[in-house]
Amino acid sequence: MSRSRVALSLLVAALAVLPAFAGPYALSVATLVLYFAYTGQAWNVMMGFAGQLSLGHSLYVGVGAYTAGAIFFHYGIGPWAGLWLAILLCVLLGAVIGFLAFRFGISGVYFALLTIAFAEFTRIGFDHLDWVGGPGGMFLRVAQRDTWDIANFRGPPLMYYYVILALAALAFVLCHFLLKSRPGYYWRAIRENEEAAQALGINAFRWKLYAVALSSAMTAVAGVFFAFYYNNLFPEQIFNISRSIEIILGPIIGGLGTLFGPILGAVVLTLLSDGITELLAALGWEIPGVKQVFYGVVLLVVVMFLPHGIWPALARRLKLDA
Amino acid sequence: MLEVKAISKAFRGLRAVREASFAVPEGDINGLIGPNGAGKTTIFNIIAGVYAPDTGSVVFNDEEIHGLRPDQVCAAGIGRTFQIVKPFAGLSVLDNVIVGALHRERGVASARAYSVAILEKLGLGSKRDLLASSLTLPDRKRLEVARALATRPRLLLLDEVMAGLRPTECDEMVEVFRELNRRDGLTILLIEHVMRAVMALAKHIGVLHHGEVIARGTPAEVVRNPAVLECYLGEETEV
Repeated sequence: MSRSRVALSLLVAALAVLPAFAGPYALSVATLVLYFAYTGQAWNVMMGFAGQLSLGHSLYVGVGAYTAGAIFFHYGIGPWAGLWLAILLCVLLGAVIGFLAFRFGISGVYFALLTIAFAEFTRIGFDHLDWVGGPGGMFLRVAQRDTWDIANFRGPPLMYYYVILALAALAFVLCHFLLKSRPGYYWRAIRENEEAAQALGINAFRWKLYAVALSSAMTAVAGVFFAFYYNNLFPEQIFNISRSIEIILGPIIGGLGTLFGPILGAVVLTLLSDGITELLAALGWEIPGVKQVFYGVVLLVVVMFLPHGIWPALARRLKLDA
Repeated sequence: MLEVKAISKAFRGLRAVREASFAVPEGDINGLIGPNGAGKTTIFNIIAGVYAPDTGSVVFNDEEIHGLRPDQVCAAGIGRTFQIVKPFAGLSVLDNVIVGALHRERGVASARAYSVAILEKLGLGSKRDLLASSLTLPDRKRLEVARALATRPRLLLLDEVMAGLRPTECDEMVEVFRELNRRDGLTILLIEHVMRAVMALAKHIGVLHHGEVIARGTPAEVVRNPAVLECYLGEETEV
């Protein structure tokens, strides 16, 4: 067994027994870390693997959340059914954006702008959609929080922790497998040089669409989780561009295109930023926006000293591969 | 095998290629030479599907291929290298070639085995685990060839792969192409400035000047052609 496998097994084991030692607050922070590890992994498929910069991933979180949330709210249909509708809608949206961009040769910064634009008009659209509460938000009924009701995705925080842990683990395994097989090779080839990739027989248009579809589907699942974990949805919050930025900071800081980057980035950002907020609160200072300043500082430091992210440097130091 | 029939291509009024015609029979190694800006690379890009010609047609194995996308041209059996090398810089040398090999191979394992063999053939075997970005220019040119070969083309388009190689390295490369041609029956069309390589390899040569084919023939014939001498060296004078 390689060193990285051992390290990974230890990490999973530690995360599995963590709730036994963690209080409610620590558990909520751990849930948040895993949530960002998962969404970061999803975003990384598009940017880290295929080189397509999306700055509008809040779109998929939001549409996923609202879809599953709304059919639960209105019709009492549980999230396991809503999940598929959420995935379907998000993949369709991603396919529309991808088709428009890749068909008409919009790439790089302009593609990123297009993803922001879609997230923004969806936000404005939902503000005017009374069916889901408009700007006033939508609130899911919290019937019970004591026993595990997996079928309706209702239960204590511990249940959500294990669900997001499973999702993060699954996403990791999926990405690991993809990276080692044909899609991984094709995506990275397109990321490195699209013209050369095409000359080697790769239909770049199609493979970029696949990356967008997979990334949006994975992010849709995160949205469903979000809806049933927080139980309240506001367009202003969920579609906000700062939400998209939160998703992408983890993988950038951890290491673009790597499997551990999104996880490491989520740990660093969430733990440290919550730690600082807590510390300041304990000292009696309430500084609004300190989290954003902290994100900025971390990003600056990493970009300056570790332009490939923390993970590649750390992996070399620890003699772990990939 | 390949027939280029009266193709023309203009870029905003600049007529890069004018009514160029030539053919490459199966099993041949042919060359395309000409001064800088003569339209050689544009012709390659038209054959490879990067540009569609304004007029004219490109026929490969009795099928019209002009207007196909680059990946479709590759699937039809034409491999190409880029004059300005385009390695997948962030990937290892081996992974670069595996991308190409996956075009015909079922899985990564068999693509890897095939790629290792190709890298050996091109003298890059010991460098396969390096990042492509760390290669020297001559090695990057070899990598271009290795990657194109990995797609198992029946016709290989080589765009100045000898440029920057030392004479001995150039001779090694010539030997590699000869063997590929002889043993695997690979047909090759090369653009080349290094006359040493063209003379050694090409059976027939076409000379381009201002987008037009001004001469065709064996290497020996072409270098005696007054029109060719004029465009390369100016008018012939007694020395």
